[in-house]
Amino acid sequence: MNVLWLQSGGCGGCSMSLLCADTTDFQGHLRAAGVNLLWHPSLSLASGEDVLALLRSVIDGTTVLDALCVEGSLLRGPNGTGRFHMLAGTGLPMIHWVRELAVKARHVLAVGSCAAWGGITAGGDNPTDACGLQYEDDRPGGLLGADFRSGSGLPVINIAGCPTHPSWVIDTLMALAADAFTSDDLDPLARPRFYADQLVHHGCTRNEYYEFKASAEKPSDLGCMMEHMGCKGTQVHADCNIRPWNGEGSCTRGGYACIACTEPGFQEPGHLFHQTPKIAGIPVGLPTDMPKAWFVALASLSKSATPKRVKHNAVADHLVEKPAIRRTRLK
Amino acid sequence: MTSRLLVGPFNRVEGDLEVALEIEGDRVRSAQVNATMYRGFEQILQGKAPHDALVFVPRICGICSVSQSVAAARALADLGGITMPPNGQHATNLILATENLADHLTHFYLFFMPDFVRPVYADRPWHAEALHRFAPDSGEQVRAATAARQRWFTLLGTLGGKWPHTQSVEPGGSTRPIDAAERVRLLARLREFRAFLERHLIGDSLEAFTALASEDALWAWHAQAPLRGDLRFFLTVVQDLALQGLGPGPGRYLSFGAYAQPGGQHALARGLWRAQAQRLDEVDTHAIAEDATFAWLAQARDPLHPLHGLTRPEPDKPGAYTWNKAPRLAGEVVETGAMARQLASGHPLIRDAVGRHGGTVYTRVLARVLELARVLPMMEDWLLAIRPTEAFCVPAELPDEGHGVGLSEAARGALGHWLVVRGGRIANYQIVAPTSWNFSPRDAQGTPGALEQALVDAPVRDGEKTPVAVQHIVRSFDPCMVCTVH
Repeated sequence: MNVLWLQSGGCGGCSMSLLCADTTDFQGHLRAAGVNLLWHPSLSLASGEDVLALLRSVIDGTTVLDALCVEGSLLRGPNGTGRFHMLAGTGLPMIHWVRELAVKARHVLAVGSCAAWGGITAGGDNPTDACGLQYEDDRPGGLLGADFRSGSGLPVINIAGCPTHPSWVIDTLMALAADAFTSDDLDPLARPRFYADQLVHHGCTRNEYYEFKASAEKPSDLGCMMEHMGCKGTQVHADCNIRPWNGEGSCTRGGYACIACTEPGFQEPGHLFHQTPKIAGIPVGLPTDMPKAWFVALASLSKSATPKRVKHNAVADHLVEKPAIRRTRLK
Repeated sequence: MTSRLLVGPFNRVEGDLEVALEIEGDRVRSAQVNATMYRGFEQILQGKAPHDALVFVPRICGICSVSQSVAAARALADLGGITMPPNGQHATNLILATENLADHLTHFYLFFMPDFVRPVYADRPWHAEALHRFAPDSGEQVRAATAARQRWFTLLGTLGGKWPHTQSVEPGGSTRPIDAAERVRLLARLREFRAFLERHLIGDSLEAFTALASEDALWAWHAQAPLRGDLRFFLTVVQDLALQGLGPGPGRYLSFGAYAQPGGQHALARGLWRAQAQRLDEVDTHAIAEDATFAWLAQARDPLHPLHGLTRPEPDKPGAYTWNKAPRLAGEVVETGAMARQLASGHPLIRDAVGRHGGTVYTRVLARVLELARVLPMMEDWLLAIRPTEAFCVPAELPDEGHGVGLSEAARGALGHWLVVRGGRIANYQIVAPTSWNFSPRDAQGTPGALEQALVDAPVRDGEKTPVAVQHIVRSFDPCMVCTVH
């Protein structure tokens, strides 16, 4: 499977994350999966003239392009000219190249939330008119338009995340190379369901604190970060706590809130990232699929039943009270 | 006869880069460096709550993400008068050093060395070995280094939740306390990386290498086993291709000081090294100003200190050729990076090598490897200095009015954030990144930036459209274009 990787209005962090894929032989792993990198900005030998020759050969049909991976948002400004990113050596805006190449590709992948929705680069008043390949925040459209379908008939595959998890990218590429990926494998926002059908909450190591609404109050506290610290893990689609990052990590395990980086528009939440917005003391964002009345009832019940140990540990940065040791056999 | 060459897209640099060359005979006569992409972080940050900067700034750059976080956290700490507890300092330094050393490793194995496998070198005696070690997709050492890098970054899975774009770096310390058992595991990871460096890169103990105090000692050490380890292999190539003199910098090398210690000192001292005078000057950050004469950005009457800096695109500005401003220190062009840190902190090997050859392709790469070998033992010390039962973070109370400055050292050099807050919101946020210095355009006086100077006189072979010497020089700076313009 011939893969071409381009970077535009982003930070390159999804590529850097990709290199952290959990394998003892990254280059061999891709090759064994049938992934042939035609060119990648961080990994390939070819520079300058050789790259331009490759791009031209894809556009004129000489080189088959199975998957076009785009990382970074697409910069349409100023005034629709795309001049905020001119591809070096070409005198042409990157959005021109992406449009030309996308129609040649069997699959088009948006790697990261910038390429999927616009992401961080579309923050503030979006000075560069940044958008995703097929979305602008949660509105279909983007650079290629809502009706775009790649050669395979699929829409742009949105491997959203800021950054993406390396194995979200590799697993998608491997499934595509094996011809084992269909429209049924995409969620309604065209994210691969193998990670987007989970919530960040699933597998969170702070689950006991969540259950008892024993909440962290300041950075480095051990408690649940939903009530005060802005954590959106109970609403956000991703498997970060099932498929950990860099060995044993995740945002919540690192001591900070899930900021919903796989979701469109996460960059402008309308509140401070590290503070939970509340109305009458109740968080505005409640756990997905949970009716508000139930949440309120359960929260007040569980708060009244919080074990002292859990309550004290929640506001400390290391265990101040240990779980009791049962003197009898566990039942 | 003069001809022109437009070189790009560059790869194996972070972000997109274009270089316009004017060539006379077989030499570059002058160069213009174009950072081709603008995203507008400084505009995006306007009006945000100050603490929200910690979500945005790491995402300036996927390779120096933590460095941006550390600079922002320091600027916020300066704004709020916050001092982090010693554990927070050690954890922050460990997080930053993990990224910096990973970047040095990535640069050496994935970005820089692969250029020696190019067919243009097929007649050199070391070419087959270069292919074996450094071919980007199949090279043994490239693959081994990628695996070592993956394992190395598991340090940040524990210390920071993930990399890049951790949010664990706070003005008051680190949100991720480390307990005693975790510390044992992290120490094992440091030793694992030490083993990789000693077996593959240095081919000797780290201490034996860092003890080399002069160039003569270095070359004697090289002669013992010219192909053992990838550093010695690089030195073999340096000798053969005479890279000692290729791509000389401006002769002034800036470091803000790396790895602030609880006592206020830096593990690698700060300063401005003047190569010709062999003198270390104090760094006066008030003398920093950014000149936008040749950037597609609005230009004030005079160059502005970052605290009063201005970032407003003017895409049709006549004469401009890049999105990057030209930072100057007291009006002077300076270079920054691992070499500057090693010069400022006084390592005798780098001071000797730069004294003889100037700051060149050779000394830049050598300084990075030296830094890998010097900093890893420091990390072992910082980890041992953590007291697991004490605090890692204090809450950050930030005032509604004020300003803050955050200085740090990214892998690529001196990084500064300048922040002004009014009414509880960011009124101005200015970032001067390492590659903003190194790849700066000309200033109002017409003085070229550090890379633009380094490219002058670079050799161009017959028929070359992407001259290989130009590529060595460009990549020897380990540029990060996404940081440069942000």
